[in-house]
Amino acid sequence: MTPHRPAREVAIVAFAQSDHRRRTDDLSEVEMVMPVLHDVLRQTGLKASDIGFTCSGSSDYLAGRAFSFTMALDGVGAWPPISESHVETDGAWALYEAWVKLLTGEADTALVYSYGKSSPGSVRDVLTRQLDPYYLAPLWPDSVALAALQAQVLVDAGHTDEPALAAIAERSRSDAAANPHAQLPGTRPQGEYVVQPLRTGDCPPIGDGAAAVILAAGDLARELCERPAWIRGMDHRIEAHSLGVRDLTDSPSTRLAAERAGVFERPVDTAELHAPFTSQEVVLTKALGLDASVRINPSGGALAANPVMATGLIRLGEAAARIHRGASDRALAHATSGPCLQQNLVAVLEGDPRA
Amino acid sequence: MTTEAAPPPETLRAPLVVEFPFTRSLGPVQSAFLTGLRERTVLGVRTEAGEVLVPPVEYDPLTAAELRELVEVGVTGTVTTWAWNPEPRTGQPLTTPFAWVLVRLDGADTALLHALDAPGPEAVRTGLRVRIRWAAERSGAITDIACFEPYDSDPVVEPGAHDGRFTDPVTGIVAAARLDYTYSPGRAQTRYLHALAERRTVGERCPSCSKVYVPPRGACPTCGVATTDQVEVGPRGTVTTYCIVNIKAKNLDIEVPYVYAHIALDGAGLALHGRIAGIPYDEVRMGLRVEPVWSEDGRYPDHYRPTGEPDADYDTYKELL
Repeated sequence: MTPHRPAREVAIVAFAQSDHRRRTDDLSEVEMVMPVLHDVLRQTGLKASDIGFTCSGSSDYLAGRAFSFTMALDGVGAWPPISESHVETDGAWALYEAWVKLLTGEADTALVYSYGKSSPGSVRDVLTRQLDPYYLAPLWPDSVALAALQAQVLVDAGHTDEPALAAIAERSRSDAAANPHAQLPGTRPQGEYVVQPLRTGDCPPIGDGAAAVILAAGDLARELCERPAWIRGMDHRIEAHSLGVRDLTDSPSTRLAAERAGVFERPVDTAELHAPFTSQEVVLTKALGLDASVRINPSGGALAANPVMATGLIRLGEAAARIHRGASDRALAHATSGPCLQQNLVAVLEGDPRA
Repeated sequence: MTTEAAPPPETLRAPLVVEFPFTRSLGPVQSAFLTGLRERTVLGVRTEAGEVLVPPVEYDPLTAAELRELVEVGVTGTVTTWAWNPEPRTGQPLTTPFAWVLVRLDGADTALLHALDAPGPEAVRTGLRVRIRWAAERSGAITDIACFEPYDSDPVVEPGAHDGRFTDPVTGIVAAARLDYTYSPGRAQTRYLHALAERRTVGERCPSCSKVYVPPRGACPTCGVATTDQVEVGPRGTVTTYCIVNIKAKNLDIEVPYVYAHIALDGAGLALHGRIAGIPYDEVRMGLRVEPVWSEDGRYPDHYRPTGEPDADYDTYKELL
């Protein structure tokens, strides 16, 4: 499939995130989100009233309250009435919506944010509620169990083994030592089986956090950011819900989204992959054909911080930030949703050539 | 009274239970499958390409074609992948350690998710032959399969035709779900609730537009900045608008009709909600001056009653409507 070329130059010009923590009992959602919004606005010098479109991602099931995002909106400064939207999924999809809005020319700037507090409930159980209500949800198969079934398929197929998974965990948390926002900085023992073959180290930490980015189009992006991270392409694709009809060793939706985003036209130097479990990184690197020349998850990835609903947006933000500071020229960012990588979003970000 | 924002007091916590028993209707294929389980019969559906999907779906996941050709498959099958679960969680099929499995039943081309009862992980492998253990009481649900158990047998390859007809078919399920949370209200609302327990109503002022929010939620929604200064408001206030409630709410021990009102406490920048009592419902009016009547445990205003003062002038609350 040929890549779809965007009709307008749009870039990520700023990225901010909270420190990700196991619990944030002292903070309401808006109290957690607001400093991140102020941070990302400060980076660009924009005021809330300068923003053309605002889009957020979160889930009421994490908060345990209906329309919880309307409370978080208090942190934006939504008066006079703003142009706003919300997605009930990871903020990476909010970024996609905002990007499309900018491509239409209806706005020149967008604020995208997302957040998740996993601490009030039990996220392993909460995530069972996204499953098919007839055949799956009544069995309460938790997120670790489903990932473990996928991991065993990979082991059986000879694609990985426990030492290889442990190496992914170690590399991720070792890299996270340089990430001041990470919840699990530095390597740690793999621990016991949570659901065999996945050990504690193969699983993401459970925690709370928020992230925000600002998008801008054309020359405005150049004014707001010394080295904008231009979105050269972005696409998202979904597979069947039933695990039994999918080949769990592969991710055709990731590959197709990557083709449409233009990933395979030229090599990328960096990939921020949204792989909450070590075994899912194995699936993604294979589906994307990433070799040893690509720096994978220099931030530590989801294994170092996993504020559910923000983790995917953080991949886009981390990839962009790497371009902003000149550590990458062409980066891939990926986000996922649903059980065992059911739905996948891929974006290609580039910096202008350096003098 | 205005004070600097105090350091956050002790974090408040309360259990929060969310239950949602959705009643869901079934299409013809799902109805036949779940009714079949009740009758210890497993049905699949054949796609245009000739594959047999178990569990069956109404539409082909690849082509979206409507699928209606039912077939009966075996109650024995083969494990295609597994994962040992050492600590079963609430609601899962077994309460003792078990293996999650995807099982391709004999005659099916796809696999079904369920639990396998086995003594330990060393007894489980991909390729293991298993059979269904039926639940003693079956109602037409995926849980009519209690679990799988290891069972040596030769695979039956050919699925048999089935018309999907049963007496008294199941047409819907009640999908019960319960999630338990521990709710914490955050800094601003914690300060508010602690003050309420002392029978004081404390709002917070926006440092940008000076509006005083009661109850405070931590941010000024107009300016998008944190509210900072704490401001004690009330206790008296003015009814800015109201409605008469004629329908009794479930689990609420209040006689109808009663009045529910917006009340602007003196010094507050917006109105809060409260019930009005101590006055006939048809005598409540805009501008009525009221004061709180505290709950028996004294932790919050149960309702508001007239103070007996003259009504407030419209100009004093017209910006708070």
